[in-house]
Order: sequence, then C-alpha cells, then structure tokens
Amino acid sequence: MKRFLGFVKKEFFHIFRDYRTMIVLFGLPVIQVLIFGYAINTDLKDAHVAILDNSKDQMTRQITQKIVSSGYFMLGENLNSTADIEKSFRSGKIKEVIIFKENFARDYLKDGKAKIQLIADASDPNNANLIVNYTLAIINNYQMSLMKEFKIPFQITPEVRMRYNPELKSVFMFVPGIITILLMLVCAMMTSISIAREKEMGTMEILLVSPLKPLQILAGKVIPYVLLSFVNAITIILMGKWVFGMPVTGSYLLLLGVSILFIITALSLGIFISTVANNQMTAMFISLVGLFLPTILLSGFIFPIENMPVPLQILSYIVPAKWFIIVIKSIMLKGLGVTYIWKELCVLFGMAVFFILISMRKFKIRLE
Amino acid sequence: MQAVVVNNIDKTYGKVKALTDISFAVEKGELFGIIGPDGAGKTSLFRILTTLLLPSKGSAIVEGFDVVKDYKQIRKIVGYMPGRFSLYQDLSVEENLEFFATIFGTTIEENYELVKDIYTQIEPFKTRPAGKLSGGMKQKLALCCAMIHKPVILFLDEPTTGVDAVSRKEFWEMLIRLKKSGITILVSTPYMDEASLCDRVALIQNGKMLAIDKPDNIAKTFDKKLFAVKSGNNYTLLNLLKDFAKTDSVYPFGEYLHFSPSGNDFQRTELLEFLSSKGCEDVEINTQEPTIEDCFMNLMNNNS
Repeated sequence: MKRFLGFVKKEFFHIFRDYRTMIVLFGLPVIQVLIFGYAINTDLKDAHVAILDNSKDQMTRQITQKIVSSGYFMLGENLNSTADIEKSFRSGKIKEVIIFKENFARDYLKDGKAKIQLIADASDPNNANLIVNYTLAIINNYQMSLMKEFKIPFQITPEVRMRYNPELKSVFMFVPGIITILLMLVCAMMTSISIAREKEMGTMEILLVSPLKPLQILAGKVIPYVLLSFVNAITIILMGKWVFGMPVTGSYLLLLGVSILFIITALSLGIFISTVANNQMTAMFISLVGLFLPTILLSGFIFPIENMPVPLQILSYIVPAKWFIIVIKSIMLKGLGVTYIWKELCVLFGMAVFFILISMRKFKIRLE
Repeated sequence: MQAVVVNNIDKTYGKVKALTDISFAVEKGELFGIIGPDGAGKTSLFRILTTLLLPSKGSAIVEGFDVVKDYKQIRKIVGYMPGRFSLYQDLSVEENLEFFATIFGTTIEENYELVKDIYTQIEPFKTRPAGKLSGGMKQKLALCCAMIHKPVILFLDEPTTGVDAVSRKEFWEMLIRLKKSGITILVSTPYMDEASLCDRVALIQNGKMLAIDKPDNIAKTFDKKLFAVKSGNNYTLLNLLKDFAKTDSVYPFGEYLHFSPSGNDFQRTELLEFLSSKGCEDVEINTQEPTIEDCFMNLMNNNS
C-alpha cells in the first residue's frame, strides 16, 4: 500500500509541475463553460428587424410595437420602399424584414383579411426559422387579442407548456454536454498520454523491473485523475448553477455518484488506449479521433440521435457519452431517481468493467 | 551457486538476429564486463537477464530464478540501470531516489549507507530536477536509484556512455567500491579501456561471444608480434602501413599505431626500408605488450 501511495504521489508531482496539464485540467473547464454559455447561444435575443410599413395605420403600429417590445427583436430601421429591402439585408445586420400591405387595417376590418409579408435572412437557416416563428407567434397573439374584442364564438386556445426547460434555454442542454466532454477529455486523454509518456521516456522499463504489479501501476496512474476530474465536474455544475442559472432538480448525491461512474468508464477507455499506443502522439491521436469526435457528434449533445441514419444510431449505442448524457439530463432537469436510470448506469458500468479487463490482459509485463 | 548462468541464448527480432548462442556464467560478487561495439547485442542481453525480453531460444538463470518463469522474483532482487537515462526528469534528485526506494518497499534512510559515497556527490543538487543535471550526475543518480533497494545483483547497461573522462573514472571507482560490499555487478560498455577494470570480461560482437576470461588472460592470447609505430605524420604512416605487404593489422592507438606483421620472420629493418623508400624517415618502432584492446581488435577482425 505504501508503494502504491508513493506512486500516486509521484503522479501528482507530474501533473502539478507541467503547466500544460494544469491548463487542460483546470483552465479548460472554466473557459469551455463560459464559451458555450455566452457565445454558442441558440436563444433569440435582440434580432434586428426592418419594417416596411406601407399602411401606417393604428393596427400596423400596434403590431410593430408588440414585436419590438417583445425583447426578441430590435427595430433596426424603417424602410420606405421595396427597393430598400435588398439593401438592408446586404448590410448584414438586418435578419428579417416585415412588410405590411397598403390599407392594412381597412382591409382587415372590411374583409377580415390583411396581409403581412415576412422575409428572413436564411443564410443561417436555424436562426431564420427561429426568427420567423417568433414573429408569427407575436402576430397570432395580437390576432387573438383582436378576436376577443370582436367576440367570435368559436375559438381554440392551445396552451403550450415546455416541460423541464420552460424557457427553452440552451444552457440546459450544454451544461450536461460540457461535463461529459470534459470528463472524457481529461480522463481518457490525459491518462492515456501519461501512461504513454512512461513508455516513451523509458521509465516504464524501470517500473517493470520492480515489484510493482500491473494493477498498481495502472491504478496509480488513474487515481489522481479521478480526483481531479471529480473536482472538475463539481466546478462545472456549480458554474452552470451560479453563472447561468442551470438548476439541479434531482439529488446532488446521485449526480456526483453517476459522475464518478462515468469518470471510471472514461478512465478505463484511457487505459485501454494506452495499452495500444506506444508514444504520447499516438495516444493523443487515438483519443481525439476515437473518443472526442464521437463524444461530440454521436452522444446527442449537439445533434439529436433520433434524427440520425440508422447505422449511426446503432453506432451511438457504444458511445459511453450518450448514456451519460441521458443519465445526467434525467437527474439535472427531470429530477429523476435511480429507479429510472438504472439501465443506463448498468451500461456504463459494463463498459468500464469490459475495458479494464481487456487492459489488464493486454498490459505488457515485458517490453515486447 | 553462480549469480548468473546463461545457456545457449538466441534472440531474434523478426529477421534480425541480435544474439546467437550466448553462454556464460557470472560468479557471485564478481564485476563482470560485457564489452562490445554499438549494436553488438549488449542491451538485448541485459533486457533478457532483467526479464524485460524473452529469449527466442535457450535459458538464463539469475540468482537461481529462471528469467522466464520466475520473472516476478527476479524483479524484486535486481537493480537495473537502462542504457538510456530513464528517470523522471520533472522530479528532483531527492524525489527520484525517494520514489524508487518506496516502490521497492524501503526508504532512503534504511539503505543510505549503500549509496552514501555516490549520493553525497549529487546531494548539493538534490532539489534540482533530474532532467537538468549534467550527464555524469545523471548517471550517478541513476546508479543510486538502481541500488537504493539493496539489490543482490546490479545490471548496468552502458553506464559510462556519453560521460566525460573524469566522471567515467569516478564511476568505475564507485563500481569497484560497490563490488567490495559483495554485490554482483554486470556492466556493459563500448569502451575497451574499461575492460581491464573488470574481474572478467566477455567480448561480444554481432551477437556472438568472442571470448570470456580475465582481462590479463585475454591479453595473453594475442599470439602475434606487436609493435608500436610512430612518425611525424601518423596519417601518412597509417596509409603506408596498410600498403605494406607484410602487414596483418594496423590501427591507431593513442599517439602510436599498433602494427602486427603477418608471419614470424618479420624484421624491423624491412619495414624501415619500405617506409624510407616511400619518403617516410623519422619513424620510431618499439615492441609492444599486447593489451586487451589489441586482442579485441584482433578477434573482431577474425570474426568479421
């Protein structure tokens, strides 16, 4: 046991003395959370619209007022003719142009029909969709309020509720995603690199010619990273909560517990990689291509798995991150207990055991 | 019981044959040198004996344990210093030593006596990272680390390669002191002048053993005449000697050229005449007692 602790101590020295490792371990989580939180924001806020009001009556003014004061939009400019539309889009700032037809209010009151045209800048399709939908919603809303005044007998009022994320904040999506990615990165990549470094520097040669057992060497390499990753997970959860108001509806204890399970799974993958890679470059390359990309693309973090082609859906089953994201979302957003997520936990546990066993078998007790 | 017994070991890497039919034995408490040029197979042999490689053929016993079957026992009792500097560069001198003491289940204090002579020399730098030490100090630290667990037998793979002449001398003085404390030491080196410091040496080339004996005995096996030749311009002299009809071998040796003639009827005057006919006058010729290096050069020439 004393031998083992000596080994762990040495490993901590390596980590704390290498400033690059320190940056990856402690700088990266904070930076990533902030970047994702502020920059990669899919919520609509202050989108610039231009308005071409050919009618200029009370109704169009009311609608314009509603749109501009909604908080989602900002009045970029008032246009005077259709010729200006192209120009305002070209400026790049205007994302949508709203055009009211002549005699808007008169037509509406007389015929019960009036026309608005929405033109959106679809060079960013998702955003254009979002903008148009938000605008439509505001116009519909206005229409409803008119109907109330005129007392139309029949009407359907849908009441929509967005569960678990009522304000549809994208923060709620990325905090679980970031925890997953960072734990994967730190655990798998850093351990595989640190084991590969022993091989590269020739120190593995001396470690082998010592009474240390393979399990002691591997566990000694891994334990510092378990502790540091755990600190990382807590940091991200707290940052999500305090900086972006991401709640944890479920049990904190359970959340930390499953994080440890995922950390162990990721570490087992890292160890596995290190048994294949003989130098740090290879270890890093395998980690990035084999773990990092699938974790981002196939885990459901950014792209919904249900919309993928079937082969990729099947592939996603072997990505540990997919299971962890399901688990962590269930706990953080839905507040579910262990009875609802035990299947996913079993999968993660199974993966960890599988990779540890393979690595133990593949661990070379000699140089060849 | 002998400390090391090697029986007919072969080692092949794919198609390359690194060791061919190597057999020798090392007595307990002996300082045994394995001398050979780069690529002779020294490191392969050391790695087999320290259980890091499996022999392709043959067997080896270290302190009564088989290197294949009982590798775990061997790993507890040997001290190994690889040819490449293999300590943790980001750990300080003291931390390295402490780490290696801990993983062998001991402490620096417990075996301090053993490494004291060497360690006191690097102790002034004990807080310096091992990567920032000079070549000689690195080797001294590596030797300390290999010995801190009081091994029964030490394997030192080219400990003096890349080390300056003074440090080399100091290093060998340490080995000789260590030997007195009863530890068996196997040391490999490409420097033939270090051979005479060993109790016994094995000469190895291209994976084959050329000779195993005491350094003096090996020197005695040199069965030809040997002369040390010198002139104002040794380079011209060397080329001329290579053209000389009765030359068996000639190679530079310090400020002299060691020259051995073929046949027993060689007379100095023949050579002097030949040289003066080529315009080389101020030549000095002395008889030379064969050294182990002469033997080794001779053996290598015969072998290749």
